Amino acid sequence: MSLSANAFGSLELKNVGRSFGGHDALVDLNLTIRAGEFIALLGPSGCGKSTALNCLAGLLPLTHGQILIDDRRVDVLPSEKRDFGMVFQNYALFPHLSVEKNVAFGLQMRNKPRAEISRRVKEAIALVKLEEHAKKLPGQLSGGQQQRVAIARAIVIEPRLVLMDEPLSNLDAKLRLEMRTEIRRLHQSLGLTTIYVTHDQEEALSLADRLVVLREGHVQQIGTPAELHDNPANWHVADFMGYRNLLDLKVASVSGSSAKVEGDGLSLDATLVQPAAAGDEVRVAIRPHDLTVAREGQGTEGRNAFAATVSVVEYQGREFAVGVTTSTGKNLFVHSEFAPTPGETVMLVLDPARTLVYRTSLTAVSAEEQELLQVRG
Amino acid sequence: MSATNTDPRPKASASRRHRLAERGIDTQLLMLIPALLFGLLLFVYPFTYGIGLTFQPLPRTQEQWGGGVFANYVAFFKDPFLFDSVWITMRLALPVALFNVLVSVPIAFKLRHRFRGKRLLSTLLVLPITLGTVLTAQGLLIFGGRQGWVNRFLMEAGIIDQPFPIVNNYLGVMLSLIISGFPFAFLLISSYLSGIDPAIEAAAKTLGANWKQRFRRIILPLLAPGLATTFILTFVLAFSVFPSARLVGDALGETRVMALMAYRAFGEQQDYAMASTIAIMMGVVELVVIAVVLLWRSFLYKGTTGGKG
Amino acid sequence: MAITPMVESAPEPGPARKGGRKPYAKPSRPPGERALIASPGTWFVWAGIAAFFIFLFGIISSVVVDSFGKPWFDTWLPETFTLDWYTGAWERFNLSQIVLVTLGASFTVVVLSILIGVPAAYVLARRDFPFKKLVTVLFLLPVLMPPITYGIPLATVMYNFGLGRTVLAVILVNLVPSVPFVILTMTPFIEQINPAIENAARMSGANMRRVFTRILAPLLVPGILAAAILVLVRTVGMFELTYLVSGPTSDTLVVAIYRAMTSSGGGEARQLVSSMGVLYTAMMLTILVVALRFVNPTQLVARVKESRDD
Repeated sequence: MSLSANAFGSLELKNVGRSFGGHDALVDLNLTIRAGEFIALLGPSGCGKSTALNCLAGLLPLTHGQILIDDRRVDVLPSEKRDFGMVFQNYALFPHLSVEKNVAFGLQMRNKPRAEISRRVKEAIALVKLEEHAKKLPGQLSGGQQQRVAIARAIVIEPRLVLMDEPLSNLDAKLRLEMRTEIRRLHQSLGLTTIYVTHDQEEALSLADRLVVLREGHVQQIGTPAELHDNPANWHVADFMGYRNLLDLKVASVSGSSAKVEGDGLSLDATLVQPAAAGDEVRVAIRPHDLTVAREGQGTEGRNAFAATVSVVEYQGREFAVGVTTSTGKNLFVHSEFAPTPGETVMLVLDPARTLVYRTSLTAVSAEEQELLQVRG
Repeated sequence: MSATNTDPRPKASASRRHRLAERGIDTQLLMLIPALLFGLLLFVYPFTYGIGLTFQPLPRTQEQWGGGVFANYVAFFKDPFLFDSVWITMRLALPVALFNVLVSVPIAFKLRHRFRGKRLLSTLLVLPITLGTVLTAQGLLIFGGRQGWVNRFLMEAGIIDQPFPIVNNYLGVMLSLIISGFPFAFLLISSYLSGIDPAIEAAAKTLGANWKQRFRRIILPLLAPGLATTFILTFVLAFSVFPSARLVGDALGETRVMALMAYRAFGEQQDYAMASTIAIMMGVVELVVIAVVLLWRSFLYKGTTGGKG
Repeated sequence: MAITPMVESAPEPGPARKGGRKPYAKPSRPPGERALIASPGTWFVWAGIAAFFIFLFGIISSVVVDSFGKPWFDTWLPETFTLDWYTGAWERFNLSQIVLVTLGASFTVVVLSILIGVPAAYVLARRDFPFKKLVTVLFLLPVLMPPITYGIPLATVMYNFGLGRTVLAVILVNLVPSVPFVILTMTPFIEQINPAIENAARMSGANMRRVFTRILAPLLVPGILAAAILVLVRTVGMFELTYLVSGPTSDTLVVAIYRAMTSSGGGEARQLVSSMGVLYTAMMLTILVVALRFVNPTQLVARVKESRDD
């Protein structure tokens, strides 16, 4: 494979921030990226992930911080001199140029010799499997094909870094899965360092080596997919990672990292992820997969168990997603290996290790507060 | 977690350039300079000069009307020969603009679907643009004159026995303004109509609205801004055209429009101060009409759809 | 293609279809679409269009017949036809010079207003900057105001600078409505080009100059063509402003026709004026026929996307 990454040692974002008109779009993003890494920026719309990407691309100026590649500043360079490839959400193909010429554009801008351009364009088009469409105009292609052109155009220049801005969000579900695999394949075979922006946690988890979760311009958590999936840093990340059951309860007692939480007619053994003291209002996050309907006669020792009434049953392949209502009228999402009947009262079981307790507030725990907690504890 | 607060944050070094860029100031703005220069030299400067000129009346104006530096304005409001031209102009321009818009709506509505010959029809409608006001006037004079085809047809059919005065009066100017203004209004309203998503009307249909209700409650409110714009543009056209008022109208009587008066002062009397005064008053009168239409539009839009936002 | 039956059957209505409202109401049609405007409405629409076109064609053919006719007084048509009026008018009014001035001045105005207007339209479409509203108003005013309102002060200034009755003055006054016109038509056109395309070009390594020449310019060509044709048509047809500053050596064709019609002593022979008028229309038609190869007629007055049922 002659297409390859323009390698670098490390890319460093130092306190990168952007505030505009008194509003902080992005605050203190610190991140060191190794060559070949696939990073996903994840968050709901308006969280600052696109701002971060555009700052990296140089399309938006930074107001704070630096971007360094091998200790050399790149944030002072204009976009066209950064040598980054970018894939845009709406593809942003040049509508008046054929597929070939779209892909060739970046190489022409670098004044490469004609022969090299045509060789590399051919390779890039083959890589995204568009050989028979090379002469067509973008308007004649389907959404998926256009996206492939956009990817080919970004990688043909052998960029130091590939930026992808929600590249799959305009595709239908089936195509999205296909392209996801395709992007993963390209990344693994070319080893291109990639920063990928998405609001789809599943997409991020399946593609990325590391994820950065953002909320209102602030980094919430940086970690591997497994870390984020199993141990969200706060209830917001948990919510975003698919912990669909969020219960506002009260801490009854604390011992080490485990606690007893009560409220809503429930009393649960749980695990503290953020510090809390007895009497604190907390938010408990539970993934539907961890809250299951017990089979008859199934033992519940060592686990939380409580009854609820089945309200909705959805078939999801091999198992069932079930909506239940607790005795106090709280709706919960649970999973079941068999199909319960709506209206039926079932027993739910839940591992205390998967019952995660978070502070209700999302602001980072300040030192002052820590002290206060200790005084009270 | 890396989101710890470490104020004061280090500023980026390209900070000043960036700060200016944040406010929208950078080298790209240079592209605006030719247009700005043009605007200042050819529009703002002459215009302010003209306004200044209105306060430098000729001695003969001052003698006749008094009022010192305001003599031109005194003359404008006190001289019935001048001031009546305001009403004469309005009496022509308002009905014409109204007619053009009101007739265009049902026709454009009817013809908004694609059909064979639509392109031909719109092409034919562009034709009057090629005629221009002067040629329309010449054509009307011949076609509608005492010996023209219209009167000949009406007389031979026995409908009238004396030629009907079509030209050299109010009607002639009206017709010429409609012929040059209607296609414009029609094409404009057609394009506004085509901008309304047919699905919206389809939705209203499924909700049980008949065509009257659909038109009144859905199409009309959506079209209102377009109607207002079209009205303003055809009004501007009709308001300022003077060749037809001179050629097919009655230039000293019922079609003595403001533009004619301004030209008379400029070309024949060489009273540039008076000419500027009339010209500027024309602008004022027109802006008042435009303001009223815009007010109506905002009123209608809020009144029938409960506000845009 | 959604063809409404009504329209399909009646492309050219004439006075003959007096009883023509019944066939519109065939019961076989699906109820929804059809009943939108009842048959009297349809009748009204076609009657209106017919009346309009009768007048339009009456006017055009009157002038054409007049320009070829010899003598034409109390009859339906002239007794004989001749080209004399054309050769007569050509010599009498020095038309070769007038046509040259008309086309020369108009094309200069087109080129200048595009060169000045398009970059400004780009900035207005893409950027936010201090006093943007004020600048927009500056460009909007000349379009909204009656030409005479700024034309008379402008002409006074021209005469003060000794530019009166020159071709340069004709070009300058015609720029005043043309540049804002280009800006106003091009701004929405540029807005609808996805800015991400420019960003994509920059990310591919193109500097601002190359973004303009390689990406934006080709994309803007249709819009520029449309604007250019409109400015050309408007300038050739512009009477009010040109009349204020032009003189014998700088009259455009419209102004020359007007002068011929109003010259003291009752005006020139009607047929001479008619032949000039036909010449003018022929010139405009040529421009428009060329134009229509590039632009859709509705675009001549507005740029709104065609209805979606195509």
